[in-house]
Amino acid sequence: MKYIQSSVEQVRLLERFSNKSTSGTLHLTATHLIFVESNNTATTAAQEIWILHHHIASVEKLSLTTSGCPLVIQCRNFRVVHFVVQRERDCHDIYSSLLRLLRPVSYDELYAFSYNPKQNEQQREEGWQLIDLGAEFERMGVPCDRWQLTDVNRDYKICETYPRDLYVPITASKPIIVGSSKFRSKGRFPVLTYFYQEKKAAVCRCSQPLSGFSARCLEDESMLQAISKANHNSRFVYVMDTRPKLNAMANRAAGKGYENEDNYSNIRFQFVGIENIHVMRTSLQKLLEVVGSRFLSVNDYLLGLESCGWLRHVKAVVDAAIFLTKAVTVEGASVLVHCSDGWDRTAQVCSLGALLMDPYYRTIKGFMVLIEKDWISFGHKFADRCDQLDGDPKEVSPVFTQFLECVWQLTEQFPQAFEFSEWLLLQIHEHVHSCQYGNFLANNQRRREELQLGDRTHSLWAFLLREQQNYLNPAYCPTYADTHPVLEPSTLPCHFKFWRNMYHQFDRSMHPRQSVLKNVLTLKESNCQLEDTIKDLETRLQKHGISPPTPDPQASPRDQRILPTRPHSLILGAPLSRKEAQRQQEEEEEEEEVGEEVTECCSDTERTVEGSSGTERKESYSDLQGTYGAKAEPAVVSLEFGVARMTC
Amino acid sequence: MEFSEHIKTANVEDVVLRRPFHPPMQGTLCVTGHHLLFSNRDGDSSRLVLLLLRNIDAIEKSVENLLGYSSLFSSTGQSQRPSVSSGTITLKCKDLCVLQLDIPGMEECLNIARSIEYLSSLDIVSDMYPFFYRPLKLSLQDQWGLSSPEQNYAQMEELQDRWRLSHVNKDYSVCPSYPPAVIVPHSIDDETLVKVAKFRQGGRFPVLCYYHRKNGMVIMRSSQPLTGANRKRCREDELLLQAVIDGSGLGYIIDTRSNQQAQQARMTGGGFESKSSYSCWKRLHRQLERGKVLQESLIKLVEACGDHSHSVDRWLSKLENSKWLSHVHTALATAGLLAECVERDGHSVLVHGSEGTDATLLVSSLAQLILDPNTRTLDGFLGLLEREWLLAGHPFQHRCAHSAYSHARLRLEAPVFVLLLDCVWQLARQFPLAMGFSEPLLLRLAREVYASDYGTFLCNSDQERCAAGVKERTHCLFQFLLKPSEREHYSNPLYEPTELAIWPSIQPQSLQLWRGLFLRWTQHAVHLEKAQEELRNLVIECRGAS
Repeated sequence: MKYIQSSVEQVRLLERFSNKSTSGTLHLTATHLIFVESNNTATTAAQEIWILHHHIASVEKLSLTTSGCPLVIQCRNFRVVHFVVQRERDCHDIYSSLLRLLRPVSYDELYAFSYNPKQNEQQREEGWQLIDLGAEFERMGVPCDRWQLTDVNRDYKICETYPRDLYVPITASKPIIVGSSKFRSKGRFPVLTYFYQEKKAAVCRCSQPLSGFSARCLEDESMLQAISKANHNSRFVYVMDTRPKLNAMANRAAGKGYENEDNYSNIRFQFVGIENIHVMRTSLQKLLEVVGSRFLSVNDYLLGLESCGWLRHVKAVVDAAIFLTKAVTVEGASVLVHCSDGWDRTAQVCSLGALLMDPYYRTIKGFMVLIEKDWISFGHKFADRCDQLDGDPKEVSPVFTQFLECVWQLTEQFPQAFEFSEWLLLQIHEHVHSCQYGNFLANNQRRREELQLGDRTHSLWAFLLREQQNYLNPAYCPTYADTHPVLEPSTLPCHFKFWRNMYHQFDRSMHPRQSVLKNVLTLKESNCQLEDTIKDLETRLQKHGISPPTPDPQASPRDQRILPTRPHSLILGAPLSRKEAQRQQEEEEEEEEVGEEVTECCSDTERTVEGSSGTERKESYSDLQGTYGAKAEPAVVSLEFGVARMTC
Repeated sequence: MEFSEHIKTANVEDVVLRRPFHPPMQGTLCVTGHHLLFSNRDGDSSRLVLLLLRNIDAIEKSVENLLGYSSLFSSTGQSQRPSVSSGTITLKCKDLCVLQLDIPGMEECLNIARSIEYLSSLDIVSDMYPFFYRPLKLSLQDQWGLSSPEQNYAQMEELQDRWRLSHVNKDYSVCPSYPPAVIVPHSIDDETLVKVAKFRQGGRFPVLCYYHRKNGMVIMRSSQPLTGANRKRCREDELLLQAVIDGSGLGYIIDTRSNQQAQQARMTGGGFESKSSYSCWKRLHRQLERGKVLQESLIKLVEACGDHSHSVDRWLSKLENSKWLSHVHTALATAGLLAECVERDGHSVLVHGSEGTDATLLVSSLAQLILDPNTRTLDGFLGLLEREWLLAGHPFQHRCAHSAYSHARLRLEAPVFVLLLDCVWQLARQFPLAMGFSEPLLLRLAREVYASDYGTFLCNSDQERCAAGVKERTHCLFQFLLKPSEREHYSNPLYEPTELAIWPSIQPQSLQLWRGLFLRWTQHAVHLEKAQEELRNLVIECRGAS
């Protein structure tokens, strides 16, 4: 591929929310677009931005200006970069190369197949075995006397978008399953996704019935009957159609639709009104437009939040999950959830409901299991929704992003209930789009097996678990689950907030300059280290036959020097890319060489404070100036104030 | 004064109290001169709820069962009690809490409501509770206040060669709202000051409020000059300002009104420093809302927070409509600009609006927090409030007479101080390690400023406070907050002092609604508070160990 491996010098990177810019060199490699700030001051490390081609959602070449040719790149992780390339030809070269690079047509071109962390084959295989859904169903108490594992889909013959292993009521015979699957869109018949052991109530999922205006299917009716019978606590089963009623009715004209309560005995039918993927896509686009505009006023911001409707949609999903949770935990009823195809809204509602019901899913490992189960194995179309291959833009939709946001909204309401912090959510979001790991590639399990992802790629879960201390929520209280096994979130609209750290993850000037989260994590970590040192010293003492004195928390100064190691990534803003993290580490190592004392006084936090006082701040204050603007403003506006002086 | 004449019914039995986070309680209600006392005896344990009458912002009463039905108290699980009639009093407090009292007996209910209405709106300072509050732990002999202008001046040796302490206002005759001693340029004598004072509204001539050690630049504050329609000049005023920038050649005036407002002020005798008379001063206009607009903004915000409808759109539009966050934004942006002028541009700044007792203080104190690490400690912050708000003459009694629920006609109320606390909270959110004090301190201050056991926020100026004997006959809140027992609760365990300026981000996405204050009484505040407490303990534990 000759169009890659090129470098363009003297490229300016414009800051998104100020008039500041930095100049540097742009490198294009087979996998990344890299911007390296030209290092004019020896004291500060050059800024580097690494953009994975898969992350690029769009490249736009704006019309030529006096200073050069502008190139705007928007990424799926909500990074937006604005370059100005001096020569138009260079700009065009990068532009056209990127256009070819960012639209891979076959899976083989994806980064996951070339990505190679320093890992041996055994480690790689172990990574894929970390999560075992069979064990997960066992944990829920399935199979049991009412639910069993069926082998009907062993060869993906009944439903090719479902996993091989499916759980159905014991009383649902094979003909019932086959009949039911023929009456459901894409063959996605009702199967178990979560079992609430305490009340023996089940959460099942499926796609819409092909009922049209009058069609019925006895097998499908028996299927629902079987689900209902499998739960002695309730005489009926809820059927939650997560679509707005109007949409469901429109589907009837196409021979699809929803269950007719008259045909099914003992069901309670309920619409919950979550909008479809197209509405969500447009809504998020509008949101990004609003928050992406420069010099946004508070009023326009709030009005924009309102008019884009994003938070309203997020709340609709959470509301639906609350409905599901109440039906299961309070009424002890089983619930069947579906939307149209049963892989978008259904996945959102089922997984969020399970998260509310089961404390296990609020742990790091449990959350991975949840995503593996309700999203990956049940065939959420990650490839289409996340636009992994060049495909139909109408199929792209931020359904999974929205799910992550719902989870974030819950973590904000229940700060002690989740083992993980928002960085885990952000990191997962990053990699859903990065195509760096095999987990989220393709649309369903069957396709993943064809691609032999297990043999050819690495698992994200292994990577995340390895560095899980970075994703811990310091406020997490494991005993919280004892007092609050089921979470009951508030549905008051004031509890739904804009997720700045997601949508402005890379606009660090907007973030708090110091992070409580990080600080507490560091404290905790250093405490553990201290304790280890004490233990270690004690054992050594014992070896020498000296009984340890009473433990002295004020350990010797020697030990204290081990203290100030801080987690490398997650400094304040987004998780760092691999490269950045590496650099950070090197930097810190260098610092340590200078002397341990230095590390202590020149802490990261301080460095960030200083870094934060960048000139972009000053411009933002002055940009607001109103009526006096016609006259020449004082030097305050244009001066580059002594940022460099203040930075280490 | 005798309060008892306003208390017709002092005691009522079998009252049911409903308040957030607690199950309804049945017990005895008692009205005293300054408090509502509710006690409930439940077996052995007796619980007492004490509510300062001053804290009550609005009272709503409704009488039920006029026809003599027996009332049902489903919550207490008791059988029906025969009762002729009953009433419900809803108390909306200035700390934004809403309580409800179900009182058997219409007569009693109305009597109690009347007492509350009267006693909660007393406005004679010497009748207020701080003059009666005598806790065992505190003594009236303790020092009142943290520091005097003299002490402040003595501490800042660097400025003493160019600045002097003037006692021209020692009997409050030059400026009634200033403290007896102020800091002014060395070269300006008291006689000149008297003349300048006549040229400034309310006599608030320019005084020093902050000296920036790094470059020797200062922040001055004053009220508007009385130039009037015919552009009057005052030689002494010009001299004073010239003395401020002596040597550096240029200064900025930040006018907290829009240019248009400043022009209009001339029609009523006010005005601004014109370019021709003050050639070395550059005026910048930033419109900060004050007075009624601000009060109405708070009322709308609190209304929005109390609206329990489930529509996100409605919430966001109400939040937008209240404009509160816009006010937060403008205040922080203006303070940022002021701090930039001083720190980055290296020039002195004079800040004023019209009276110089509201927005002026807001901006100058926020700028000091941004610039000066000393004001970010617990002691330093309280000291800042004392200097820049109490001694500088923010009219607390006028501004905080009523809060967001009151039905009373608005007069001089304005939540400028609450706005300050909100801005400080935003700063602390963005720099959680840079502040020595914690959110509970800000919440406590937000409550105390409206209704307090302490005398600190009484009256409108130092002069009034002296005249009313506040310093001799009440206890000082700030001194109390610094007692070892309280200090721990109000300090920030994560505090890591930094010498640097803390520049806040003022993007709308970086500003947040202050949930701790405005959504304090919703159920979910409990989760958040618990988590915060937990984190706090964790940090303290970790710090203790290492």
